[in-house]
Amino acid sequence: MEMHDKKANLPRRAAALISGGLDSMLAAKVVLDQGVDVEGVNFFTGFCVEGHTHAIRKKDRSRQKRNNALWVAEQLGIKLHIVDVIDEYKDIVLNPKHGYGANLNPCLDCKIFMVNKALTQDVLDRGFDFVITGEVIGQRPKSQRADTMPVIARESGAGDRLLRPLCALNLPPTLPEREGWVDRDKLFGFHGRDRKPQMALAESFGFSDYAQPAGGCCFLTDERYAGKLADLWQSRGVRDYDFDDIMLLKVGRHIRPAPHYKLIVGREEGENNFLSGYRWRFVYLDTVSHTGPLTLVDGEPTDADLVLAARIAARYSQGRSASEVSVNVHHPSGARRELRVAPLLPTELEPAWHVGG
Amino acid sequence: MSGARNPPRAPGTRLDARGLLCPLPVIRTQDKIRTLKSGEVLEVVATDPGVLHDIPAWCRVHGHRLLMSEQRNDGFRFHIEVA
Ligand code: SF4
Repeated sequence: MEMHDKKANLPRRAAALISGGLDSMLAAKVVLDQGVDVEGVNFFTGFCVEGHTHAIRKKDRSRQKRNNALWVAEQLGIKLHIVDVIDEYKDIVLNPKHGYGANLNPCLDCKIFMVNKALTQDVLDRGFDFVITGEVIGQRPKSQRADTMPVIARESGAGDRLLRPLCALNLPPTLPEREGWVDRDKLFGFHGRDRKPQMALAESFGFSDYAQPAGGCCFLTDERYAGKLADLWQSRGVRDYDFDDIMLLKVGRHIRPAPHYKLIVGREEGENNFLSGYRWRFVYLDTVSHTGPLTLVDGEPTDADLVLAARIAARYSQGRSASEVSVNVHHPSGARRELRVAPLLPTELEPAWHVGG
Repeated sequence: MSGARNPPRAPGTRLDARGLLCPLPVIRTQDKIRTLKSGEVLEVVATDPGVLHDIPAWCRVHGHRLLMSEQRNDGFRFHIEVA
């Protein structure tokens, strides 16, 4: 920054948090258009809606192939640094100082973490002068409120080097505005949940085809996903997770017939392929006599549990109406045995077994 | 490497990102490239079909040159020249 102060003519540098959604795209664009040198930062927490899921499910593959954060960077003509924060982020999910939103989304702590990381990190190779986010006051009930805005600025350590171009006019002038690095008159005063101003601004920039994720930028806002994560903690008796755990929660039907084990049943070929990558870690089942799902068994099943598991797997196979389906049970050791079972009747499958509703 | 002045085009470094789902192959590519010098060539192999879009897009936004991309039955292979 001293360098910038000496060479006052150099453009100021800003790090923009880029989620892949419209708001952060607009925020970066507004500042970019004022001649600021903007680089994007995107954090990969492991819970991001981006990426993974479209690669797993076949039906989603054709629909969405791109990484939206990269797409945004390309549209804006800025660099984008994608940062793996899977490990560090765990503490945010497990121990959020400010608590959770509607589900297990620790949005306020998450924002503080990301702004701090963008500010202090080694992600960008050179220093920069301020951080940009696409936050809008009143947009999200938990994290984007008038009273949370200063909390994020303060606790992230960014202070008044945190600029929210889309709602800046509702907030006191920040350092970039006071110093004239950006012209406050060209910033906006958006507030509330109405998306029309953002859409109009997008249109004025000629942006179309941008991503509009429903709910939020991550799976933690998803009620069913959060239900599965809470179930995982409860069944293990410890609030913890590793990367494989949170990936597996995105895939398949999760069925828990008893507290000590649950089944993850692939719903289609893409999911079956994905689940088969975990064969070394779990007991798994596949149907032999009929086409059917790949089913992982997470926990400590007894032999009787495996019979029920096989009947459930058979229920989701092409042999669901057959009198008998043969199912192979494989152990991580390589041991295998074949069971012949009657597919579970729909009435025998307790609704409460479905984890996450 | 001979003493000739021809810039080397063969990859000097290889990154195995097989089995990783997007955006992890891109993240690993980015982290690896940070350790390389301009003009060096990195080979990346990956299996997630998302890389077909993500790696070229990431190269474009950073100005790295994608010298080659290849689809094989065991995955995808890219040669990237560091900007
Ligand atoms: S939705 Fe997820 S990624 Fe977005 S702010 Fe909330 S916790 Fe963070």
